[in-house]
This record gives sequence, structure tokens and C-alpha cells, in this order.
Amino acid sequence: MKSDAQVKSPSLRTAADMGRGQKWLRRLYSQRYLQIMALLGVAWMVVFNYIPMYGIIIAFKEYDIIFPMSMAPWVGLDNFKEFLNDDMLLTVIKNTLGISLIKLIIGFPLPIVFALLLNEVRSVLFKKWTQTITYLPHFLSWVILGGILATWLSDVGVINKILLSLNVIDSPITYLAEPKYFWSIIIVSDIWKELGWSAIIYLAAISSVSPELYEAATIDGAGRFQKMRNITLPSIMGTITILFILAVGNVLNSNFDQILVLRNQLNADASTVIDYYVYQTGLIDNRFSYSTAVNLIKSVIALILLVGANFVTKRLNNNSLF
Amino acid sequence: MFTLKRQTPGETAFGIVNGFLMLVICFLTLYPIWYVLVNAFNDGADAMRGGIYWWPRQFSLDSFGAVFRSQGIMTAMGVTVAKTLIGVPVHVLFTAMVAYAVSRRELIGRNIYMIIGTITMFFGGGLIPYYLLIRDLHMLDNFLVYIIPAAFSFFDLIIFLSFFREIPAGLEEAAKMDGANDFTIFFRVVIPVSMPVVVTIALFHGVYQWNDYFTGMIYMNNMDLQPIQTFLYRVVAQSSSNQMLGAMPSGVTQTVTSQSLKLATMVVTTAPIVCVYPFLQKYFVKGFMVGSIKG
Repeated sequence: MKSDAQVKSPSLRTAADMGRGQKWLRRLYSQRYLQIMALLGVAWMVVFNYIPMYGIIIAFKEYDIIFPMSMAPWVGLDNFKEFLNDDMLLTVIKNTLGISLIKLIIGFPLPIVFALLLNEVRSVLFKKWTQTITYLPHFLSWVILGGILATWLSDVGVINKILLSLNVIDSPITYLAEPKYFWSIIIVSDIWKELGWSAIIYLAAISSVSPELYEAATIDGAGRFQKMRNITLPSIMGTITILFILAVGNVLNSNFDQILVLRNQLNADASTVIDYYVYQTGLIDNRFSYSTAVNLIKSVIALILLVGANFVTKRLNNNSLF
Repeated sequence: MFTLKRQTPGETAFGIVNGFLMLVICFLTLYPIWYVLVNAFNDGADAMRGGIYWWPRQFSLDSFGAVFRSQGIMTAMGVTVAKTLIGVPVHVLFTAMVAYAVSRRELIGRNIYMIIGTITMFFGGGLIPYYLLIRDLHMLDNFLVYIIPAAFSFFDLIIFLSFFREIPAGLEEAAKMDGANDFTIFFRVVIPVSMPVVVTIALFHGVYQWNDYFTGMIYMNNMDLQPIQTFLYRVVAQSSSNQMLGAMPSGVTQTVTSQSLKLATMVVTTAPIVCVYPFLQKYFVKGFMVGSIKG
């Protein structure tokens, strides 16, 4: 390799009078294969990440399928203003924030509680089996889980059978056809899918706590609950903080895979979240510019939320993502 | 076990209640899946009467027979298998290759490449600009849309990176002495010593490829190129029993209903995942930790 480099670069002169630029070129040449590897990755990111970022400019244009993007007329902030006057604005905000906040309030602490409780199980085998079983749904697709839910929640499904036989209801309810049940279905099925999986990271954090701390606490006469509260919980506080920052940054990202499977025309009032609205206006109604504008508003707010949550937690307990 | 003696009655009671609670959680997690399983293995017409909760009432494999004889379902299955078998090696090798390059400290422009990648984790173009890109690349109704846009992930790159940094420099230098170039080193030295992380990423990407229905739904109009998950999505979300009936092979007995065919398809689709996922456990905790802590 080395001799190769010398022949191809204009390096008949001695190293002493070789300029810095030439040295740099020689270094570059000696790592040419590495550069090719790295640049292939950069090229991929330029195409699949940066070109779509550039494509955001259509949010400020009135883009029509007929004309190429560059020929579409500029319309400034018209698309954004239109969204602020959109009849769907309130519905979209209500559903997006409503579902996400409930997920944050209930769905975020539950895996922590579950991890703490599972950690208290003495039998290693039982613990391992519980873990393996509870994260199974994480690996199933939302289509499959949606199919299971649809079977359970239909008018002839199990839920209706049980409630009818207990005389809780008089006639079967088609749960997925009624907006008022939609949020509950989303929250509960999300917990079903992710409880075990989300707990893994906390369990990993707990397992890295030094056993000496527990031994010392035992000698000092601390009970099970005191150890849990004063050793385990503080030890995983850093992990909790980082995951909380990420969760706040994700508040506007409804779980689109999940929503798309469970949503239908009948529950639209409760199921149209911002991600769905972007999809609907963009790919169903073909309003490319408008949809892009709505998505841009969402991305910018999400970024602000992430940075904001990071700032606040940094101030509060010195843990942060960046 | 010796600690048991020192437990207060309260703590013993807690242990029992806690164990019971764990059993309840396991039951609630598994039962909905079990319910689908026993109904799929029951005679379809009989299952319509309901009441099958724990075990098939009239055991029958007819619905599964119909699944395997259905042209539509088997085509979609084939697409899923193909995109998984092709997509996984492409994703793993390409992402690992880029990660290996930026893991080398002497790489000129390394920091810039990392910044370029990090930005993509926090900001993106969104659905429509991405759709237009795929359209302009002529990947609509094209099998490559499952492979090329999924060939790389900066998140996975970070996981590879943290592993490659641990490889002793001596290994690479020895190969260099023997005149190997960086491509050869990557394939012959780096990949073989990194099997744990390669397997982890491969399994995760395999699950993604197997489960993804969105790509097929958005970018495919050609029904022959839709994966099984997209096929099921159309059946489940659009309650299109027509599609299910359309997939029903001819000459099937009356006992197979569109519902039982759907359940059997769900079971067949899920079986490979259920067989594979317990083996992921020993790998993913590590990758998970690295990925989420480094952000």
C-alpha cells in the first residue's frame, strides 16, 4: 500500500520540502478504502435523510403533482396559517396531547414499578420466565395485535360475552366503533405490548447496582422496602431521567403504527392524531404542501420539547441526554 | 434462602402477593394470544358459535391447510421471507461497514461524519418529502423499496461503533502487516470477531423487516409485492373480509370461514417470531443499554 501511494502522488521530492497539503493528501490516499466506506454511508444519509429535509421547502410552496418541485409557486406561510384556521386543529391537538399525556402519566411509571417488583422476586427461574413472557408482545407487529384486539372487542367478542353474562351491559358494544372507548383501548394495548420490554432497561440498571450496598444496608437493619426506596430507586434515577427526556421529546409522536391499525371512520373523532392527519392530508387527499407544513410544525415543537426537557432535568438533578 | 429467616411477616406476605401479581401479569399478557391460537386450531364454522376459551372444541387443521393453499397468502408470505432474507445482510453489512470506518481514529473528517449522522436522529423531512423522494427514485411498486431505504440506520451504527472500539488494535495491525487493505480487514477480521453485535442487529432488523406493514402499504400498489403484514393490515384495519375471501383457495371445505382463515394466517405469520425472540434476550440488553445511554 505504502509504495503505491508514493508512486501515484507527486512525491519525487523529499519529505522535508513536502508541503502540509501534500502530507494531508498522502494520508487521505492511504486511507482511501476507509474513506469510501464512510462516504457511502454519508451518501446514503444525504439521499434518505437530507434530501427529504430539503424537500421541506414545499411547505412554503403550493406544490402540485403536475409541476416539478422547483416550478411550484412560493406562498410563504400560507399553509401554516391555513392549519391554524383548520377545523381539525383542535381535534388533532386534543387527541395527540391527550393520548400522549396519559401514556406519559400511566405508561411511563408502570414499567419502573414492574421492574422494581420483579426485582423483588427471589426465584431466578420465575423471574426469567416472567420477563420472557411479558416482552413477547413487543415482538409482535401492531397488525397482529390489532387483529387480536379486533377479535376481542367485536360485538360477538370475548369482552362483550363477559360483560353480558355479568349483566354489566344490556346489549353488545362495538368498542372500536365508538370514539369514547378509543383512548382506553390505545393506552391499555400499549401497556400490554410494551410493559415487559420497557422494564428491561430498568432491570439492567438495577442489576448493575453493587451488592455491597445492599449488604451494608442489611447489616444496618434496613428492610426490603427501605432498600428498595433508598438504594434501588436512587440508583436507577439516571436511567429514569434519560428515558423521561426522550418520552417528553416523543409527546407529539403518537404511535402511528398502532393508531393506523385501530383507527376507522367511526372512531375518527378520538383517533385523528397529528401523525394521522399528516398522512391523511398528504397521501389520501394529495395536499403535499399542506401536509408537509403540518409535519414541520410538529417536528419543530418536538425538538423544542426535547431540548426543553433536557434543560429542565439538567437543572433539577444534573442528569441529561446532551 | 437464608435471608428468608430474617424476613418480617410483612415482607413474607409481600413476597407472596408480589409473586401472585407477577403470575396475573403473565396470564394477562399471554391469554389474548392463546385465545387466538385455540380458535385457529378449531373447526372454523364451529368457532363461530363462540365459547372456545381454553382448548379447541373441534380440533381441525383445515384453516391452516387453506392458508398454505391460498395463492394470495403464499405470495405475500414469499415477499416477507424475501425482504427479510435480503434486507438483513444488506442492513447489517452496510451499517457495520460505515461504523467500522468511523470507528478508526485516523479517519479524516470523522467528526463531521458523526455530526451529519447525529442530526438525522433528531430531525427529519417527514412523510411527504420522503414519499416524493421514493417516487423520484422510481422505487414505488419496486421490491427495492424494502431493501435500500432500510440499508442503514445511524442508531445501529452507534451500537456497532461502541463494539468496534473495544477490538484490540493489534488485530488490525497484524492484518495490515500481511498487506491486507481496509475492506479485507473489515470482512476478514472485524466482522468475525464482532459476531455478538452482528447477530443482535441482524435479529432486530429481521424482526423489523418481518413486522413492517407501513412500507408495503404506502409504496406498493402492486398486490403481488405486498408483504404478509400489509395483507393482514388490509384485512384487519379495513375489516376487508372480501380480501380474506378472495384469498380463500378453491375447493376448501365449508368449515373454513374468513375469520378462521384470518386467525390461522395470524398464527402462521407470528410463529417464526415467537420461535426466535427468546434467543435474543442474551444479546439485546447490552445493545439496548449502549443505544439508549449514548443517545
